[in-house]
Amino acid sequence: MAADQAGITFVKRHALDVRITHWIVALCFILLALSGLAFFFPPFFFLTALFGGGETARILHPWIGLVLALGYLYLFLRFVGACLWHSDDSRWISRLGQVMSGHDENLPEVGKFNAGQKLYFWAMALLILVLLASGVITWNEYFAHATSIPAQRIAVLAHSIAAALAILGFIVHIHMVTWEPGTLRAMVNGTVSGGWGWKHHRKWLREVVSAGRAKPGTNAPPAE
Amino acid sequence: MDAARTMTVVRSSATASARTTPRFEDEVTKLIDVSKCIGCKACQAACTEWNDTVQPIGYFTGSYQNPPDLTANMFTLMRFNEWVNPKSGELEWLIRKDGCMHCADPGCLAACPAPGAIVQYANGIVDFVHENCIGCGYCVKGCPFDIPRYSAAPAKAYKCTLCSDRVAVGDGPACAKACPTEAIVFGTKGEMLHHAAGRITDLKSRGFESAGLYNPDGVNGTHVMYVLPHADQPELYSNLPSDPHVSPWVRVWKGAAKTYVSLAAMAALIVGAVVHHAAGGANRVSEKDEQAAKKLIEGKE
Repeated sequence: MAADQAGITFVKRHALDVRITHWIVALCFILLALSGLAFFFPPFFFLTALFGGGETARILHPWIGLVLALGYLYLFLRFVGACLWHSDDSRWISRLGQVMSGHDENLPEVGKFNAGQKLYFWAMALLILVLLASGVITWNEYFAHATSIPAQRIAVLAHSIAAALAILGFIVHIHMVTWEPGTLRAMVNGTVSGGWGWKHHRKWLREVVSAGRAKPGTNAPPAE
Repeated sequence: MDAARTMTVVRSSATASARTTPRFEDEVTKLIDVSKCIGCKACQAACTEWNDTVQPIGYFTGSYQNPPDLTANMFTLMRFNEWVNPKSGELEWLIRKDGCMHCADPGCLAACPAPGAIVQYANGIVDFVHENCIGCGYCVKGCPFDIPRYSAAPAKAYKCTLCSDRVAVGDGPACAKACPTEAIVFGTKGEMLHHAAGRITDLKSRGFESAGLYNPDGVNGTHVMYVLPHADQPELYSNLPSDPHVSPWVRVWKGAAKTYVSLAAMAALIVGAVVHHAAGGANRVSEKDEQAAKKLIEGKE
């Protein structure tokens, strides 16, 4: 919402509550992936040392999972309106080749989130739901007798598959942030440059401008 | 871990290099002759005494079976079933001493994520090493016989050790030692197969045509075998499975193929991302974009 010395105008993108929740979820995700990979793949068992050993990793993993699920629920409620699917999204995703080669000019103008972000949002919501349900079923400390052993066998397999898919999605998520410079600050400072909005989310930028929420030179430039 | 110092480990949970070359060691087996069992529970008493476990006093529920199920303190349990034989019309009291079968292909060991928490010795005994156990309960899901029991405190899984600590010093399991009718005998697998064959011949000569040995192939045989008068219907003996095998769900979950597929996918995606970034360069915002945005914001577009 501000112009800095170099003439770049910054626009508010993510509110503070969203940013804090996002980073809590991100931290939980990394901790869960590290401990989960240790339980899933024996050569990674050494990663449990980060948590104080196998036993403490086993104790902590489900609790961290609950924090992540609650955090994601908050993000879900904050973002679900902006992540509904529109016909433009189908056109956008059908030109994925243009997206990946950086030809944003050949794509439909994008609102607050593009089709890829929306897919990530919904995929993670679904996977976290599966992980939460299967995780509770296999939470031996408290729910060992809540379900039958055959049900637990299915749950533990579903948990591993969902976790592997979530990690794959997470890798893409990280890649998109680093591949499109200027994106990370949306989750750190909460702002993006006007040019970033123009290039990647032009429809959203127009909405912000027409709503009068992007006035030039009204605020001090965010520190970076 | 005393047993591991005197017996050779041939398989160890979550450890790729566990298959050491076994030195010559006979496979041991406990043979339980159901036809000779009188249901005295001396085996249960001996088991709790040797393993120094205390099963809290429960309630009488109309059955001699006590406690009602295996627990983290009761590694072996006499299961009682009253069955009317439709052929003879007679009531038969089927008593089976339940406990770990010490499978040649142990599902608990396959499921265990903690290196060295479950080991299989060259003599066939499958043992839980509690100092390595993390208490996840995966062994409970892996076992096709529903044997390991989870203890709340300490949060670890327990089961029959086949008295590995006694066997390690040349003795037999406590239950076999206590059995007054020699319904439980212990020796090498070869000796026990031979002994069982004699018992089965005897049972058949006395009218039990279906008498046979329970040493199921689905888990590559077991190191606890039963002589059953009705070997054609093992389920009669308190749901002893007729074809036990490690669940396909567990096989897929723990299968090397699936593990490597997911890790390969993660690695490929990371490499792909790096190549994508390096080959095409970052998708940077240009000065033109900034100028266009500035015009839009200042209302000049």
